[in-house]
Amino acid sequence: MGLKTPLYGKHVEAGARIVDFGGWDMPLHYGSQKEEHHAVRTNAGLFDVSHMTIVDLKGGRVRDLLRHLLANDVAKLKDSGKALYTCMLNEDGGVIDDLIVYFMHDSWFRMVVNAATRDKDLAWIRRHAESYDVKVIERAELAMLAVQGPKAREIAAPCVDAEWREQALDLELFTGMEAGDLFVARTGYTGEDGWEILLPAMRAPSVWDRLVAGGVAPAGLGARDTLRLEAAMNLYGSDMDETISPLEAGLGWTVAWDPDERDFIGRGSLEKLRADATRRRFVGLLLEDKGVLRNHQRVVVDGVGDGEITSGGFSPTIGRSIALARLPAGDYDRAKVEVRGKLLNVRIVKTPFVRNGQIRIDV
Amino acid sequence: MSELPGDLLYTSEHEWLRREDDGNVTIGVTDHAQAALGDLVYVELPELGQDVESGGDMAVVESVKAASDVYAPIDGIVVAVNEDLADDPERINADPYGDGWIVKLQPSGDIDEGALLTPVAYQTLLDEEDA
Repeated sequence: MGLKTPLYGKHVEAGARIVDFGGWDMPLHYGSQKEEHHAVRTNAGLFDVSHMTIVDLKGGRVRDLLRHLLANDVAKLKDSGKALYTCMLNEDGGVIDDLIVYFMHDSWFRMVVNAATRDKDLAWIRRHAESYDVKVIERAELAMLAVQGPKAREIAAPCVDAEWREQALDLELFTGMEAGDLFVARTGYTGEDGWEILLPAMRAPSVWDRLVAGGVAPAGLGARDTLRLEAAMNLYGSDMDETISPLEAGLGWTVAWDPDERDFIGRGSLEKLRADATRRRFVGLLLEDKGVLRNHQRVVVDGVGDGEITSGGFSPTIGRSIALARLPAGDYDRAKVEVRGKLLNVRIVKTPFVRNGQIRIDV
Repeated sequence: MSELPGDLLYTSEHEWLRREDDGNVTIGVTDHAQAALGDLVYVELPELGQDVESGGDMAVVESVKAASDVYAPIDGIVVAVNEDLADDPERINADPYGDGWIVKLQPSGDIDEGALLTPVAYQTLLDEEDA
């Protein structure tokens, strides 16, 4: 028996197969993971992501704190509601967690961090917040829904009170806003358009019902994983962890090097790795032979060395197996993956594999 | 959960066997197994003529979620494989006891039915797993 979100009853009602995820009893799928995946790519799907940890940081020096704590630079966030994807690093440049941070106003930022890393994240944030006199407030009373897909915003719009509806529909990508007791953001983890909606736990079941009645398909963690893999979005604990820097996890673009004088945690270690020509590559793979790529399979690059698949699976959109992998440095575009003693051919491809319903690689 | 076909034998690895009139044995995975695996995306089949030993790997079924070995429930020789699964592995999800069959074996000796489960014994196993 694990922790249950306010929507647990809805999952059971909808026939979900429940699995443990970081201590939470969460829906894996509601019958067919593939159908849920396609629903998100072609119409709209609904995920319960209430297990994720929402943290509000409040205080006059909160911006200074976050410019030290996070590898991306919250100084980029100038308009209220604007969001940033970033890693939180340890001194060695390893990733403690990846997260989204929203700028609410000058003395208030909101972070959404992973469920499985909640305890260590909160401890780390609190440890650093103290000297900045910033309050760290976990918002466990909030539920979180992700409604994702080309039709998601249109179908979800009536859940936002009329007063704010138009403004919500006009939200730019990676921006959120308060709409009464809802917080609506144009963010997600699927490679599709859509919203993530934070709301009081009490209201979550009725909003869930309303979205389902509007034609949004409940989708479980299984589809969430294949969707994010196709979108080449990293999964903490698989693609990176405390021993891996963002530079070897395909997240170099989230590290803000300018201005030089900004002293964020892990910067010194990252600077060294940045100059290191033997730094590993993080790439997308497409399987050319039959089979399925899986996490931890060995990748063999002839004449170069070995690497490892960090996230592998079957892509329902492409109909082939794809993966994210960490490979030795070098200039090459083919490799082999060891699957049950056989070496299968893979091609290195530019990610994302799929975005906004479209296959983006040559197959 | 649907009722188990009464004319089959089962294994604790969630496979089923049907003794055909020609003496061969058809093998597949149970409805419980396909449901636990989720949508099937790939099936690796053995070569025709391959010798298999009871308890040894014989095929692999891969779902969106995971890869799972299919074990030979008896000693035998592979005399047929379900080629349709190559293009349509979801036949196993749709019809695990029919179109979703996986392998036919020619037994290399008497079948020890005592080592296999009757429908009642397999149902008991499922009930215990649920409990």
